[in-house]
Amino acid sequence: MSTWIPESASNLAASVDNITLFVTIVSVFFFVLISAVLVGFSIKYRRKSEDQETAYITHNQVIETIWTIIPTILLMVIFAWGWIAFKELRNPPAEAIEVNVVAKQWLWEFEYFTGKKSLNELFVQQNKPVRLIMRSDDVIHSFFVPQFRVKQDILPGSYQQLWFTPTKVGTFDLLCAEYCGSGHSQMLAKVNVLSPEAFARWEKGDEFEDGAALPKISVSPAERGKDLYSQRGCLACHSLDGKEVIGPTFKNLYGKTEELADGSSVLVDENYLRESIYEPQAKMVKGYPPTMPSFKGILSEDEVTALVEYIKTLK
Amino acid sequence: MANGAVTQTQHIPYLAQKGLKSWILTTDHKRIGILYLITISFFFMIAGLTALGMRYELMTPELDFFRTATEYNVAFTIHGSLMVFFFIVPGIAASFGNFLIPLMIGARDVAFPRINLLSFWIYLVGTAILLFALAQPADTGWTFYTPYSIQTGTKVIMITLGVFVLGFSSILTGMNFIVTIHKLRAPGMTWSRLPLFIWASYATAILQLLATPVVGITLLLLIAERAFDIGFFDPAKGGDPILFQNFFWFYSHPAVYIMVIPAFGIISEIIPVFARKPIFGYKAIAYSSFAIAIISFFVWLHHMFVSGISETAAAIFSFLTMLVAIPTAVKVFNWTATLYKGSIDFHSSMLYALSFIVLFTVGGLTGVYLGALAVDVHLHDTYFIVAHMHYVMIGGTVMGFFGALHFWYQKWFGKVFNELVAKAAWFLIFVGFNVTFFPQFFMGYQGMPRRYATYPEEYISYHALSTYGSWILGLGILIMTVNLLIPLWKKGRPESSNPYGSLSLEWQVPSPPPHENFDEIPTVTDWTYAYGKK
Repeated sequence: MSTWIPESASNLAASVDNITLFVTIVSVFFFVLISAVLVGFSIKYRRKSEDQETAYITHNQVIETIWTIIPTILLMVIFAWGWIAFKELRNPPAEAIEVNVVAKQWLWEFEYFTGKKSLNELFVQQNKPVRLIMRSDDVIHSFFVPQFRVKQDILPGSYQQLWFTPTKVGTFDLLCAEYCGSGHSQMLAKVNVLSPEAFARWEKGDEFEDGAALPKISVSPAERGKDLYSQRGCLACHSLDGKEVIGPTFKNLYGKTEELADGSSVLVDENYLRESIYEPQAKMVKGYPPTMPSFKGILSEDEVTALVEYIKTLK
Repeated sequence: MANGAVTQTQHIPYLAQKGLKSWILTTDHKRIGILYLITISFFFMIAGLTALGMRYELMTPELDFFRTATEYNVAFTIHGSLMVFFFIVPGIAASFGNFLIPLMIGARDVAFPRINLLSFWIYLVGTAILLFALAQPADTGWTFYTPYSIQTGTKVIMITLGVFVLGFSSILTGMNFIVTIHKLRAPGMTWSRLPLFIWASYATAILQLLATPVVGITLLLLIAERAFDIGFFDPAKGGDPILFQNFFWFYSHPAVYIMVIPAFGIISEIIPVFARKPIFGYKAIAYSSFAIAIISFFVWLHHMFVSGISETAAAIFSFLTMLVAIPTAVKVFNWTATLYKGSIDFHSSMLYALSFIVLFTVGGLTGVYLGALAVDVHLHDTYFIVAHMHYVMIGGTVMGFFGALHFWYQKWFGKVFNELVAKAAWFLIFVGFNVTFFPQFFMGYQGMPRRYATYPEEYISYHALSTYGSWILGLGILIMTVNLLIPLWKKGRPESSNPYGSLSLEWQVPSPPPHENFDEIPTVTDWTYAYGKK
């Protein structure tokens, strides 16, 4: 591996490196050009005598236009390329496996859709896209794996997502990139990329698990959400079979675009569901009365995540 | 324009009056400039020593110099907030701005000399609050990001209050300079004859006037949230942490240009004098300062590409960021082209100006990496940012500042420093700076995050190299400082009032200038840069 660039271990790494290479070529060209001209002029036009005559040159329309247009074109190419790659980076494929991530001072918790949990160690399968749904319990953190060329700030009070497809089996450093206090530089974790066989073994058993700090829960978040659905009284107003009771049905709710009372529309995603549980009147869907109470202080962030996961399964 | 050395004999320099009262109650722009220069240099030294401590800590991956990670975090908070708010933002604008603007446009003083003194006093109140705050310093970083700055147990209110108070000084100075440049230009000093330092100061003043209130309000909201528990930014209280970042960078990005545009002005003054050539593309340089100032208000979101902003917003701000690069590139080409067919003298200030071009080019080009969205995602919050920022701030602004110190030294203080020592110090600074910061680009691309008190083993060689560089840089700055301080205690005045043959008005008065600069307000008949044979 080159000593200049870190190993490239995700589907997104190559395009980031290619843009970097292009910008580097452009930069080195201009840097060498300017330095060479500067040094060349400095030698050639150094003062040899006090009364040396100099030319009265004030400007040159042609050359100034040229050196404005060329950088402009190059910069537009870099902008467009960076944007195209950014779009890929921001839009996970539908088949991505979801993992819930909680970042807090100063550790990382991962919960998989099977209900398995791990602490400071993320397990993913080689060549399978992963979508992380991340929230913070305290201050801003940032998920950063240099070998994957991905980074996303994690905020308290909302979900942030990030995706990648790991392409190489191995263990990679996960670093917190947003300053978060005295433990910031120790907020490190590992990403274990397993071969399909090893991943299947890990999913079934716990031969890879050393997470002694966490109780082993085999109930998946969606199953816990199902229990909460009945225990916390959601069922009184939200049906599971498409019937309209008082509030909207949960069936096929996730991923739908709803029209709001003020005429605008909203895509029902994780953040919208979370907000509607904590602040139901913030974005009211048209045609429903504002009767739902806030569940702030009643449902914990973990419980809301479980409910959201449950709603997502109701297709 | 009158050219040729004025007799250095019979005049009473502005420095003649002695005693504390003659300083603290002065309304002379040159003296106020000196007061700023002393204060900002003091903070530059403290913040610089803090940086040396941080670099010493980072020589090894483990914690060894500081006792706790919090101590390291406090160190980078002190380094960042002192350098940014107390040195580099008021730096050139207030010190050289005060000294040069009236002299260059042919005025006796600024438009409002007493408000000028008030600005300095407000600045001093801000620094007093800050020094008090340093007894129990905060650990938030100079950016004070919420909700960490709300939740941390360290003391945040005092330091932000200090920065808040400073803002008023900045606003008043900006206002004063705008009025001065509009109203007090000597007869014949038309806009198209103005020295480029004046154009740069004008663009800077607009930024100070329009952007500073926003950071003031932001810090006030932060103080209100910490002191009275009002939920502006903490989501636990119904606030929005991203709102803080939007407010903060709406000021702090234009502030980057408050820091660097005055240096553009300085470079545009030094190069024509020592190349004996008219500045190439005067209009392009003058207007590009304004273009940069205006666009700089619309690029702040590029500090937040990974904070979860929408794709559309990211695309718009990436595009606008690229636009800023164009006028910046044009300036670099113009300065380089000015050397063509010149008669170049490598005075120490010219060496700083030339190294400015080289280092600022590196700073500008690495900014393009960060403007490209997908690349920024990887580089954000790594040492690549640290390196880029220091190439712009030290390689750009500080090189300009040091260049200005050497260029106008005789004029301002009426003394002569040792040129050979100055060149040696420049060499150490140039080498030391590059050894310190160039490895950080590579370290950053490999993934080393910033603000880490300890770090993974694999980055050790880069960090060690960077630390060695900081010693060379520190030594260079020490030698430069001593070399500039010693002559102040020596008797005598420079032989010539215009030793470098400048055509600018400030060189047509004695060194140091008399109290109100000009016995008679001069009439300007030619361009400031009319060097060379027509």
